[in-house]
Amino acid sequence: MSNRFINLLVPIISIILGLLVGAAVMWFSGYDPVAGYIALWNGIFGDMYSIGETIRQISPYILAGLAVAFAFRSGLFNIGVEGQLIVGWFAAAYVGMAFELPKFIHLPLALIAAALAGALWGLIPGILKATLHVHEVIVTIMMNYIALHTVNALIKAVSEGGYKTEKIHQTASLRSEFLSNLTDFSTLHYGIFVALAMVAVMWFILEKTKTGFELKSVGFNDHASQYAGMNVKKNIILSMVVSGAFAGLGGAMEALGTFGNMVTRGGFTGIGFDGIAVALLGANTPLGVIFGASLFGSLKYGAGNMPNEAGVPIEIVSIVIALIIFFVASGYIIRVLLSKMKKKKEAK
Amino acid sequence: MSKRKFGLVLSMILAAGTLLGACGTDKAKEKEGSTSTPKEDTFSIAMVTDTGGVDDKSFNTSAWKGIQDYGKENNLEKGDGGFDYLQSKEDAEYMPNLNKLVQRDFDLIYGIGYLLKESIEEVATQRPDNKFALVDEVSDLPNIASLMFKEQEGSFLAGVAAAHMTKSGKIGFVGGMEIPVIERFEAGFLAGVAAVKPELKVDVQYTGDFAKAELGKALANRMYSTGVDIIFHAAGGSGTGVFAEAKERKKADPNAYVWVIGVDSDQYEDGQIGDDNITLTSMLKRVDIAVKNTAELAAKGEFPGGEVTTFGLADEGIALADSRGAIPQDVLDEVAKYTKQIADGEIEVPEFKAKK
Amino acid sequence: MEYVIEMLNIRKEFGNFVANDDITLQLKKGEIHALLGENGAGKSTLMNVLFGLYQPEGGEIKVRGKATAITDPNVANGLGIGMVHQHFMLVENLTVTENIILGNEPKKMGMINVKDAAKKVAEISKLYGLDVDPYAKIEDISVGMQQRVEILKTLYRGAEILIFDEPTASLTPQEINELISIMKKLIEEGKSIIIITHKLQEIMDVSDRVTIIRKGKGIGTVITSESNPVELATLMVGRQVTFKTEKGPSYPAEEVLRIENLVVEDYRGIQKVKGLNLSVRKGEIVGIAGIDGNGQSELIEAVAGLRKVKSGKVFIDSKDVTGKKPREITESGLGHIPQDRHKHGLVLDFSVGYNVALQTYYKEPLSKKGIMNYKLVSKKAKEIIEMFDVRTQGEHELARSLSGGNQQKLIIGREVDRNPELLIAALPTRGLDVGAIEFIHKRLIEQRDNGKAVLLISFELDEVMNVSDRIAVIYDGIIVDTVIPTETTEQQLGLLMAGQSRDKAAVTLTEGDDNHVE
Repeated sequence: MSNRFINLLVPIISIILGLLVGAAVMWFSGYDPVAGYIALWNGIFGDMYSIGETIRQISPYILAGLAVAFAFRSGLFNIGVEGQLIVGWFAAAYVGMAFELPKFIHLPLALIAAALAGALWGLIPGILKATLHVHEVIVTIMMNYIALHTVNALIKAVSEGGYKTEKIHQTASLRSEFLSNLTDFSTLHYGIFVALAMVAVMWFILEKTKTGFELKSVGFNDHASQYAGMNVKKNIILSMVVSGAFAGLGGAMEALGTFGNMVTRGGFTGIGFDGIAVALLGANTPLGVIFGASLFGSLKYGAGNMPNEAGVPIEIVSIVIALIIFFVASGYIIRVLLSKMKKKKEAK
Repeated sequence: MSKRKFGLVLSMILAAGTLLGACGTDKAKEKEGSTSTPKEDTFSIAMVTDTGGVDDKSFNTSAWKGIQDYGKENNLEKGDGGFDYLQSKEDAEYMPNLNKLVQRDFDLIYGIGYLLKESIEEVATQRPDNKFALVDEVSDLPNIASLMFKEQEGSFLAGVAAAHMTKSGKIGFVGGMEIPVIERFEAGFLAGVAAVKPELKVDVQYTGDFAKAELGKALANRMYSTGVDIIFHAAGGSGTGVFAEAKERKKADPNAYVWVIGVDSDQYEDGQIGDDNITLTSMLKRVDIAVKNTAELAAKGEFPGGEVTTFGLADEGIALADSRGAIPQDVLDEVAKYTKQIADGEIEVPEFKAKK
Repeated sequence: MEYVIEMLNIRKEFGNFVANDDITLQLKKGEIHALLGENGAGKSTLMNVLFGLYQPEGGEIKVRGKATAITDPNVANGLGIGMVHQHFMLVENLTVTENIILGNEPKKMGMINVKDAAKKVAEISKLYGLDVDPYAKIEDISVGMQQRVEILKTLYRGAEILIFDEPTASLTPQEINELISIMKKLIEEGKSIIIITHKLQEIMDVSDRVTIIRKGKGIGTVITSESNPVELATLMVGRQVTFKTEKGPSYPAEEVLRIENLVVEDYRGIQKVKGLNLSVRKGEIVGIAGIDGNGQSELIEAVAGLRKVKSGKVFIDSKDVTGKKPREITESGLGHIPQDRHKHGLVLDFSVGYNVALQTYYKEPLSKKGIMNYKLVSKKAKEIIEMFDVRTQGEHELARSLSGGNQQKLIIGREVDRNPELLIAALPTRGLDVGAIEFIHKRLIEQRDNGKAVLLISFELDEVMNVSDRIAVIYDGIIVDTVIPTETTEQQLGLLMAGQSRDKAAVTLTEGDDNHVE
């Protein structure tokens, strides 16, 4: 069996396996799996509206996935994407509503604000890790809570006691009438292009620049990097900052695209945490993240149509979706195992 | 190499989806013209929950009950052309869910909860010919009917009952999030307590979340431990923690004097522990009545679009639940007295809490 | 003569690669049989075939005269074959006994019976003179003791034939001697031993016979007492190997490295280098001889800017580099072959090419205005692979999958290619086979002959003696003496390393000579 063939076969088999087990779950629970999957398909690709919403859902996942993947490539586990996304969301929403500027200034400004807010939220754990060796996982988890509650307080403050920020001005919006009309009034916005641009940015940084070389080197072996004269501390901080900026832009997707404002949140969005799975599914590579985010985003969004069209209750749907993702992730494991085995053989 | 392949396959799938999608829309349009309206005369309704879900034992559950009641009375079936609901797991699902129901041609679509305001306004703007109703928030759009409640009135009565029933002189209030709706509960409750015994202190706490029972339980634990004997909760799912804590105390010591006042729907069953029950009463917010009324009006062609309909004690949109003997008759008489005064407009219950 | 194990004409393939090609190994009862070969010659593969981890494509295995298929390690265990792995497979926070019974715990009424097991462990330990405390925790005992636990484990499971995979790799000389006596004791008790190694001296010391393999092929079996290290090395490498490194006289010129009163602390804040003075000139190799832990690591790290200098000065080419950043120091003309090549010398998950770029990626021509030129990196890598004979599938192969010797060649290639005025080589030949050692020594001398300064740190006496032009002996953080290799003996050096002054060393030696009749 050739390498290419395996590479293609494994994900297909794992998706099929996931679908089969999911079907069994539906069948045993007394629902029609065929109708369920047709509903899922229609939920994702059924009409222009669904396609629009699916792509809209994918955008923040791409950015969250990039954030996790970027930090991971430098050997850091950024669990704080969630918090960075939340502060980015608020920053974008605030800049979007508080200023009145022409679009070509306002929109970039709001995006930059989101990226900066996320970067700041990544900077703190980065500095703590680099200078005091405080483990970034602990710090970033805590920073998530700080972000959530600080932002809730800020929303209250800027809305004078209310629970949501005012809508952003049109000049800061990523929404477009063109995309909306194209997709039958879906909330699809230009965010997907921002996300894809960031994929290119991450790829460029890692694969083309000197900084990328250093980041990867530090990620694989910080000792050897230090011996080679690299500034390990600087690279750790930089990695967290860039990661945070990606996450902050993920928040901007919600602020400037999907919602147009921010509402006091009782809990986390979950996008940041799903970003971990997205990054791992994509093997922490920029293009892989697109794949992971597309899978996550489409399944998540499409799943909503299963209760709507096939009457499968949302709880069963959640199990089925989780199973499919589980099998795809295991497929990745299988692939890694296969390649490891091959490597071992070659080494001997 | 393999990554590139993935990308390729993915974009092909997306492209295929776009093509299929295009076909799909065409078909849907054809359907509209020919087959989609079998029962021209029926008036179909559906609702989108907020992230609490349809089983929140609170206003989503209550709204769904109203929809079912309407359906039963008009011989409708669950599904297209009858009545239905969609649950939202995330904020981002409000819009798509509303749109799905629009595409399924429901005549009136409800958004349950203040969180849906933005989304329902956006959809309503895009679909000016469709009818929508929004619970707990106000919208100016001509095709949205806003359904509001005077929670403060019912909370006032709960405050009266609590002030009479407390033995320790300490009463607690557990809110979900500090948002206008919940603050109406708090304001009314404090006013009710003060009307009976102005010297009583009410311990007011917020969980900051509507779906975290553990936070509700922790707050209740602290309150009961400091001598509070009655807690009024307006915290949705977080409130189940308050019930859990009270029941634990009752189970450990059947003579313990602990009570919970439920919210939105009658929470008597939630307070059952063995032969005892710790639910003093519940402040009913009859979202079901509001939902059903609005559907009936709209079916008759009197859809109150662009208007705010407020339900209070006077029209039984707000009430106290049967205490099933937990509250003695003299207190009930007292409550009835206040009920009449509020309904008649003799007492104006404050809507906002006093600024500290 | 009775053979307990016969591996006849074994062939093992991995895809297109033949790891073992027609290898025959016959183990007599009660002998110590060495398996000799360079790194990557196929020794481990052969033993894994015997232990049931791999199935051979050809040949047959006879155990006590009977043809047997060893399908998995359990079968091997059942046949009384036990393996003492190079990397111990022990659970750190369990006791010796718990580790030994792990996997087949004796049960008494459903409970694990540690007590009886410990008694049995103690008995076996006593029988073979292993001297292991059954209740000691693995994390508390030395590496040598841990190895004995591994030996005990195989004996506990009834092993009659023991395979030792590179057993001396991580042991101190003292521990090596003890291991050798344990092996002899095992033979006395009727066990048979196969020892995998590429260290010739060990083979001469312990083994009865040697089977040599080269590049996957069986070369033959010789009787140790009838052979000598030179013959064995020639058989192993396939060509004549010179043990005495060939080099001409040195012509030292001006000073390149100068260290004045250097004081360095380790990570716990304990002084490890205590006012050290040293000078290395162009065109000479200065060897630092000393027992591990006398401040060598701290000295190098301080010179390279990787560790804080407490006080004192370091000059490279008369430029004060004390407390400068590592990169500034490398720019000043330092090349560094770190002692731990996996941890410090290479990024193992980077390709060979990336590793070649590791010290020069940041400046032209490899990168320009922050953008890498990976085409040039590949070109550069190909040059170094070619020049330094790095055996690899190409510049895109991961450094991890190279053998130790080739990894080291890669590092040396990278450092030498920068043409540094001063090259520090710390334990450059550790764990390498003779062929690679020879190559590396030649390169160091070549540097010297090109007029560069070389500082060599080694724990191996003969390496220091053979390669250096001057030897500085380090003891307890200072250079206690400097000697010329041709004017000193290994014994003298050994005593200096143990902290005795030169005069005293000379006296002790004379006394020693009186007492010993060689």
